[in-house]
Amino acid sequence: MYQYDTYDQSIVDARVEEFRDQVKRRLAGEITEDQFKPLRLMNGLYLQLHAYMLRVAVPYGTLSGKQMHMLAHVARKYDRGYGHFTTRQNIQFNWIKLDQAPDILAELATVEMHAIQTSGNCIRNISSDQFAGAAADEVTDPRPWAELLRQWSTFHPEFTYLPRKFKIAVIGADEDRAAMRLHDIGIQLLTRDGRLGAKIYVGGGMGRTPFVAPEIKDFVTADDLMSYLEACLRVYNRYGRRDNIYKARIKILIHEIGAAEYARQVEEEFAHVKTLGIDPPLAELERISAFFAPPAFDADAPDTIDRSDPDFAVWVDQNVRPHKQPGYAIVTISLKPTEGIPGDASADQLDVMADLGTRYSFDELRVTHAQNIVLPHVRKADLYAVWQALDAAGLATANLDLIGDIIACPGLDYCALANARSIPVAQKIANRFADLGRQRELGELKLKISGCINACGHHHAGHIGILGVDKKGIENYQLSLGGSGAEDASIAKITGPGFDEDGIVDAVETVTNVYLERREAGERFLDTYRRVGMEPFKVALYG
Amino acid sequence: MTDSPLRFRDDAPHEEPAVTLDAFLGQTNATAVRIEPGDDVRALLPHLGQLALVEVAFPAFRDGRGYSAARILREAGYTGELRAEGDVLVDQIVPMRRCGFDSFAPRTEIDSATLHASLSRYEHVYQGAADRAVPVWKLRHGQPRS
Repeated sequence: MYQYDTYDQSIVDARVEEFRDQVKRRLAGEITEDQFKPLRLMNGLYLQLHAYMLRVAVPYGTLSGKQMHMLAHVARKYDRGYGHFTTRQNIQFNWIKLDQAPDILAELATVEMHAIQTSGNCIRNISSDQFAGAAADEVTDPRPWAELLRQWSTFHPEFTYLPRKFKIAVIGADEDRAAMRLHDIGIQLLTRDGRLGAKIYVGGGMGRTPFVAPEIKDFVTADDLMSYLEACLRVYNRYGRRDNIYKARIKILIHEIGAAEYARQVEEEFAHVKTLGIDPPLAELERISAFFAPPAFDADAPDTIDRSDPDFAVWVDQNVRPHKQPGYAIVTISLKPTEGIPGDASADQLDVMADLGTRYSFDELRVTHAQNIVLPHVRKADLYAVWQALDAAGLATANLDLIGDIIACPGLDYCALANARSIPVAQKIANRFADLGRQRELGELKLKISGCINACGHHHAGHIGILGVDKKGIENYQLSLGGSGAEDASIAKITGPGFDEDGIVDAVETVTNVYLERREAGERFLDTYRRVGMEPFKVALYG
Repeated sequence: MTDSPLRFRDDAPHEEPAVTLDAFLGQTNATAVRIEPGDDVRALLPHLGQLALVEVAFPAFRDGRGYSAARILREAGYTGELRAEGDVLVDQIVPMRRCGFDSFAPRTEIDSATLHASLSRYEHVYQGAADRAVPVWKLRHGQPRS
């Protein structure tokens, strides 16, 4: 994992003091709430329905055991004993007092953590593949690049008041586990003619007007990447719309002028920016990469798993994935128990996961955009012990990528923007499909719920997506089918008129029944939908 | 607005009132111009030698187009006064300085103690910009700070 040097630490420490000063000025009435808002947002502090919410950055979703313990500490001392992992691989604390926020940041800084740019109209936390450094299909490890991008984007003086928020994802494998093409900029690392570089996609996103990002540059070499991104951002900062908040994301600019014209403008800007000398030398990428060298794997680790405990075997089949190193496996801890809130973990659970990461996974944990936690490097021989410890902590739910593994935003239970509740709907659906055998029979099925048009619950990218809307004061839920955030990215289509809270649960069951009737061998729900189209589902839903 | 601009330059403030970009492009002898957020600052690039003051308007602090305008001017070699005018808040002075602004005419007076604390708060920066600050990647790889 990356470790701060004195430069990194001094910048984060200075930020704590700056924010302490800003809060003091706000509490003293020296600045208005309107003036304070962009300052606190730039530091991940939102005013929600009931309290302040603090969103802490987990850069590219990577954490050490010590950092995870710190999150548990923050949950206990400053919140109500739990935290909520987000679809941006961050964690939110929902019950924060403004005057304590600077103290929380000071505590986080002691373990090289911060809340910088987890909100606001700036470049947000860089997201990445939760299996980085472990996945069998990896071309190159995206984390050093993500760290390079973190540093470049931190307090970038020109891009702090963009038209709208800006999200960047970077992946280094063929399988896209980070919804890369649904980001403002998606970066896919690859090698060409022996040189390391990246393919660049720009203008993806969800929200009110979802788009899958078009490719705008076939190949940018590693030593040109910062200049190229600087050019991408500058064109957006100058020409992105500012007259309407709903049309201010870069996807709208690209939709309006076209990907080719945007690419042309970027190319022109890049030719100029490249002369400024703002690209770090490759030695800097190498310096960062050294922190992400493979851990000291045991070359003699046995490559077999004792599956004699049937409950354990089910969990292995569902939540454990192949590792590039023989004898090791990737464990995903589902934060989606049937009765739970998707993405929530108690302080005690955070501590359990921290200890397991330290003891069994070379002190590494990851947060996934599907709101789960990963132990990336576990010896197969240790899987049973890990499972037992997880089971004792209520963390052994064996539903990864099944219908119970629901992504949901906080919704109207917490969020000031929401039109409808998400959590109770997620819980009702999870309850309807509580039988794990039934979930496994349905196979991979990504169900995603957003409580408003902003789409934090990624409903556009759900095999089954649900959007909560407010219809004349009553919560109503629109059903959509066929979305994907993976390498086969697509935007889900709405089935027809919406449903009430119980009706949407029935509707989900109805579409899964259509799938079971129509599927051919080896087809996932998404594959069947793509083959047979919307019609059979519509007929079953609406007659 | 405050009486005299907050300046980080040694020369005397430029007295000639700034004209609009359209007016500037339509005449040949103006030495001060005012850029609105929607103006394309690149139109000035052929005329930088005759300019002593470029005033960049910030009607609302959230509109960040002026930051790019400033960098474009500095990157093209403009060395005259570059002034941020309007809804400019104390917490924006540091990033604006980094983008090349060296003069400020905020609509609401800026508290000098708060400003001085913020100007010296960050010892290091991560990225190169239009100021002389040396990014940490350069320091890490043996290049001296200026």
